[in-house]
Amino acid sequence: MSLDASDIEKIAHLARLEIALESIARYAADLSNILDLVAQMDAVDTTGVEPMAHPLHMSQRLRPDRVSERNQRELFQAIAPLTEDGLYLVPKVID
Amino acid sequence: MQWETVIGLEIHTQLATQSKIFSGASIAFGASPNTQACAIDLGLPGVLPVLNAEAVRLAVRFGKAIGAEVAPRSVFARKNYFYPDLPKGYQISQYELPIVGEGRVEIVLGDGAVKSIGVTRAHLEEDAGKSLHEENLAGGGYTGIDLNRAGTPLLEIVSEPDMRTPQEAVAYARKIHQLVRWIGISDGNMQEGSFRVDANVSVRPLGQTRFGTRTEIKNLNSFRFIERAIQFEVERQIDVIEGGGTIVQETRLYDPERDETRPMRSKEEANDYRYFPDPDLLPVEIDVAFIVDAVADLPELPDSMRERFHTQYGLGEYDASLLTAGRELAQYFEAVVQATAEPKLAANWVNGELAAALNRSEIEIARSPVSAAMLAGLIHRIQDGTVSGKLAKQVFEAMWSGEGDADSVIQARGLRQITDSGELEAMIAAIVAANPGQVEQYRAGKDKVFGFFVGQVMKESKGKANPQQVNEILMRVLASD
Repeated sequence: MSLDASDIEKIAHLARLEIALESIARYAADLSNILDLVAQMDAVDTTGVEPMAHPLHMSQRLRPDRVSERNQRELFQAIAPLTEDGLYLVPKVID
Repeated sequence: MQWETVIGLEIHTQLATQSKIFSGASIAFGASPNTQACAIDLGLPGVLPVLNAEAVRLAVRFGKAIGAEVAPRSVFARKNYFYPDLPKGYQISQYELPIVGEGRVEIVLGDGAVKSIGVTRAHLEEDAGKSLHEENLAGGGYTGIDLNRAGTPLLEIVSEPDMRTPQEAVAYARKIHQLVRWIGISDGNMQEGSFRVDANVSVRPLGQTRFGTRTEIKNLNSFRFIERAIQFEVERQIDVIEGGGTIVQETRLYDPERDETRPMRSKEEANDYRYFPDPDLLPVEIDVAFIVDAVADLPELPDSMRERFHTQYGLGEYDASLLTAGRELAQYFEAVVQATAEPKLAANWVNGELAAALNRSEIEIARSPVSAAMLAGLIHRIQDGTVSGKLAKQVFEAMWSGEGDADSVIQARGLRQITDSGELEAMIAAIVAANPGQVEQYRAGKDKVFGFFVGQVMKESKGKANPQQVNEILMRVLASD
């Protein structure tokens, strides 16, 4: 499977990554190679094999429903670029 | 052309836990912004989400309550998109393997007809934070972000496109609302956002099997808005198609002030969430013991209770559905029935006077000033003829305003029905004697005058005469001489 420049631009946009125009061709080639490898694995007969959701063959541990966290707003907001009245501020978004 | 509406709902209900789905931060409503958002909720590097057992237990309860299969193995996935109130850049949700599979619920329509609605699936996910689009934050041009809600456990309940009218959609939403409260998995508080509805709406020519293109109306937070938003959207779609246009698949918002839906303004390309299994979370495995434990204290469910009220007490489907709208109401009704053995009378009073009074005062049944025992006391006095049905309403009003139980109200207000026939005979004889003209007319064949005499007796007795007894005596007195 081969990706073209527009695929790369779309993927980069979805991930909010800025990529230089001249590197698009290289990304297209590298990512296509990865997909080719996946296609190669697709050829293996996996009848009867349960799809894996995680490399560890274990199940999720559950946590008791208890409030264990205290308020650390001051600490967390110390690294935020802008806050006011306890809110994190971001450039205006409208929906 | 005749059109058919097709509606499916996605309902997000907040689960009644203490802490978040993947962290130990509190989910209590109304806290100061960002005081309940810990490192995990903020998506700081190096943190690890750990699943809340109670959220899983509550999801299992829901699954069993709609007759669905609870998946022995379910998987959390990342739903990727960028928005400031989603700090990680993805929402942890479930995609291919949800915790709850296919189930069904029944809705009762206004005419008493019962319709079965399919539930496709229900899955666990975390809520996002809140964006506050206030003017003047830091002088303007900013949106404020409160992440207290980020990580709150949600169960998203997805229906089949089984509804055909806005009213059916509302009945289904009410049904799910009733059920989640009934089985204690959510407080269902719509004002606080604990129960939010997205509606998928399309239209097609009647008889066509293929679905039309649908639009999704987001974040409806009242039953009235669900009905009005869908109604508007259906009319809009029909207008577009009949005007030669085509429906664009898009997300729309309902504006209650203008009573219309309009497309969300964001120019974002078609959603491409690139779901993949979350490597931070292992598959959730649920064994039989866990399920047995989760449903051990599940109460009798509303549908089965409604059916029982119908068969055991001989109530109509619609009455039975009103009485099972909430668990406290149903318990109240059954307490009255147990004390009086008068299910129909009890149903009339609970769905009639009591429901009206609760509505007027805007209070829940749990806070009713008239307890089940008090209503049963009143019904006893109707049964034994102490008060007439008409005066019983007065007694009810008095009980409602705190004048004591039925017996003390009847005593204090002198509402006891006159059953002493001697007293009644004398009263009637006097009235007949005082109205010779009307007696003349009656005897001349003008039957309507009988009503005049009944009215006079009721007036004289202040409504306390037994109507049946009055009729008997009047007939006899007017016929004699």
